[in-house]
Amino acid sequence: MRLSEARVGDSVVIRGVEQTEHGLERRLEHVGFLPGTVVRVERRAPLGDPTIYELRGFRITLRRDSAQLIDVVDVIDAADAADTTGRDAGTEAGAGT
Amino acid sequence: MSCHDEGSLLADPTATTVAIVGSPNAGKTTLFNALCGLRAKTANYPGVTVSRREGTLHLPDRVLTLVDLPGTYSLSPVSPDEEIVVDALEGRVEGVRPPDALMVVADATTLERSLLLVSEVLALGRPTALVLTMVDEVAARNGRIDMGRLSRALGVPVVGVIGHRGVGLDEVRELLADPAGWDRPVLSPPTSGAERSGWVASVLATSITAPEMDERTRRIDAVLLHPVAGTVIFLATMFALFQAVFTVAAPAMDALDSLFSNLAHAVDSLIGGTLGSFLGDGIVAGVGAVLVFLPQIVLLFLMLALLEKVGYLARAALLADRVMGRFGLEGRSFVVMLSAFACAIPAIMATRTIPSERRRLATMMSAPLMTCSARLPVYTLMIAAFVPDRSVMGPIGTQGLTMFGLYLLGALSGLAWAALLNVTALRSPTAPVMMELPPYRMPSAKSVALYVWDGAWAFTRKAGTVILGVTALLWVLLNVPSVTPPPGLTDAQAASYRMEHSIAGRAGAAIEPVFAPLGFNWQVNVAMIGSLAAREVFVSTLAVTTASESEEALPERLQRLTDGEGRKVFTPPTVAAILVFFVYALQCLSTVVVLGRESNSRKWPAMAFGSMFAFAYVAALVAHTVVAAVTS
Repeated sequence: MRLSEARVGDSVVIRGVEQTEHGLERRLEHVGFLPGTVVRVERRAPLGDPTIYELRGFRITLRRDSAQLIDVVDVIDAADAADTTGRDAGTEAGAGT
Repeated sequence: MSCHDEGSLLADPTATTVAIVGSPNAGKTTLFNALCGLRAKTANYPGVTVSRREGTLHLPDRVLTLVDLPGTYSLSPVSPDEEIVVDALEGRVEGVRPPDALMVVADATTLERSLLLVSEVLALGRPTALVLTMVDEVAARNGRIDMGRLSRALGVPVVGVIGHRGVGLDEVRELLADPAGWDRPVLSPPTSGAERSGWVASVLATSITAPEMDERTRRIDAVLLHPVAGTVIFLATMFALFQAVFTVAAPAMDALDSLFSNLAHAVDSLIGGTLGSFLGDGIVAGVGAVLVFLPQIVLLFLMLALLEKVGYLARAALLADRVMGRFGLEGRSFVVMLSAFACAIPAIMATRTIPSERRRLATMMSAPLMTCSARLPVYTLMIAAFVPDRSVMGPIGTQGLTMFGLYLLGALSGLAWAALLNVTALRSPTAPVMMELPPYRMPSAKSVALYVWDGAWAFTRKAGTVILGVTALLWVLLNVPSVTPPPGLTDAQAASYRMEHSIAGRAGAAIEPVFAPLGFNWQVNVAMIGSLAAREVFVSTLAVTTASESEEALPERLQRLTDGEGRKVFTPPTVAAILVFFVYALQCLSTVVVLGRESNSRKWPAMAFGSMFAFAYVAALVAHTVVAAVTS
C-alpha cells in the first residue's frame, strides 16, 4: 500500500519511493525515506493534511501527495514495533536489509 | 587562538580551508559561530539564493579559513541550491577554492539519518572529521554513543560537542590544528541502496544505543497539535505576536521618533543655512525615519527567534500548511507573511527558512502586499480626514471598518498574487513539502541574541544606506533651485511656494497628466514621489506642501485644500484612489533592494516593482471610477 493509506498509529516498512520525471522525490530519500526504513504514522494535522511521520529517530511532516509516492508494507508486529520505535527500529531496519 | 575577518573573502589564499558540511538544523552554524564569532563574512554564490559564511581561525602555527556551507541533506543534488554545495566541495565554483578538509556536523540524536550524508562525504575521499552536536540530548534520552568505537567504525576522527554550551570546542580546535593528520577510512563506504542501509546499521550497532523518542515533546504536541486546542493556541499565538509587534514596540518607536526629530532640529539650527538644513532635515530626519523601525524589527526578530528555537514555529507552519497549500505556498510562508505585517524587509529575509526555491520566491513576492506598518500613517491620515466617523453596528464604525478592509485587501491580494505567480512565472516542478518537527528545546540566550543581532544589523545597514542616499537626493530635489517667494506670504506658505518651484515640485506638476485620471495634483504627486523612499514620507510631504496660515491640523488642511481653480484636491474618488494605490504599489525602495538581495537576482525585484506599480495604477483608477459613480 502507499504511505498515505497507512493509519495513525501504524508502523510500516518502506519498499520504495516512486519517482516522477523531475526526480524531486529523491529529497524524500535524502531525508531518510529509504527502502527498509521503518516509519510510524504519528498524527495528522487538524485539517487532515499534512501528516507527521516518525522515522530514523526524528519526526517529519509530509503532505498526502508526497506520502502517496511511498510504497510500504505493514510491519508484521505493528504493536511491538510502535513500542520500540526509536530504540530498536534501527536494528530492525538493519535486520530487514 | 582568535578569529577575525581579514577584510577579504579569502583572507589568505595559501591558508588551509576547512568546509563545514551538514544537514540543516544539525547545529552547523552554532558551531561555526562558536569557532569564528560574529566576525565572519557572508558571501553569495552566483545564480542561487543560498549563501555561505567564511571566517578565519587563528591557531598557534597556522591560519585556517572556515567555510560554513549551506545545509544539505545529501550530496546528490536535486536543486541548484543543493548543487552549489557539491560544486563548492569539488572546487567547481568560480573564485572559491575547494576545501582542503571537510568537517561534517551531524545531530547526534538522529544519527541513523545523519550517517546517510556522512557516507557520501566520506566517499569524496578527502580528509574528513565528524562533529556530533547535541550529545547531551542523547544522554538525556537514555542513549549512548561510544565516540571511540564510532571513530573506528567510520575510520575518521569523531568529536562530540554541546554547541550552545561550548563543550567540546577545544577538542574541535585541536582537531583543526592538523587536518592532514586525520585518520582516513580504509575503504570508501557505500553511498546508495541496500548496501548503504546495511553499512549505516552496522555502524550504529557497534557504537550506539539510540536515544528514545522524546516523550516530553510528544506530550506537548498532543496539546499544541490537538485539532481544537492546538488551533486555538495557534491563533492566539499569532494574534499575540501581531499585537506585540504593533503595540509593545510603540513606546520605544515614539521615543526614537522624538529623538531624531529633536536631533534634526538641533543640527539644523546649530549648523544653520543650507548645510544645516541638508544635514538636519535631510540626513538625520531621513535616517531617523528608518531607524525608528528598529524596536519593531528587534522585537519581531526576538519573538520569531524564540518561537523558532523552542520549536514552535514548525508546529505553527504545520497547522497553516493546508490553507497555504491552496495558494501554492506552504506552512512556513504563513509565518513569514505574518511578520510582513510589521515590515516586509525582515519577512523577506525570513524566507530563507523555506527550502523550496519556488515557494520561497512566491512568498517573497507576496510579502510586500501585507499591510506593513509604514502604510499605517497614510491610512490613518486619509481615513481620519475623509472617512466620516459613523457607526455601522454599535461600536463598529465606518473608520475602523475601512482600516480593516484595507488590511484584508492587502492580505487577500498577497495570497492571490502568490497563487497567480505559481500558475504563471513560477512553473518549475516543486519539491515535496517536508517540515522536520524538532524536539522542543530550551533556546540558548546566545543563539537567540545572535539571530536577533544578525537580523537587526542587516536591516539597519542595508535600509540605512539606501534610505540615506534617497532621502539626501529627495531633499536636494525639493529645495533646488532656490527661488525667492513673493512678499506677503507666511513662512509656511513661502515654504510651500519654494517647494512648488523646486525640481521635485515641477516634476510633480509634470507628471500630472499621468496621474490626473486618479485625481492627483502636483502636491499629491510630490508626496507620491517622496513615498518611494518610505511610505510615511507621503504624510510629511503633504504636511509641508499644504502649509497654511491657520493652526489647523493636517486632516483639516487636507479637507480644505483646493487647486488653482478652486476645486477640492481631495475628493472621495481621489482619496479612494490614494488608498488603493498604497495597498498595491511597491513604493518602499528598501524592500526592492532586499528582494534583489534575497533572490540573488535583478529580475524579481524589477518584476515586483513594475507589475505592482502597474496594478496599483489600474486598481486606483477602478477605485476612482467606482467611487465617483457612487458619490455623484
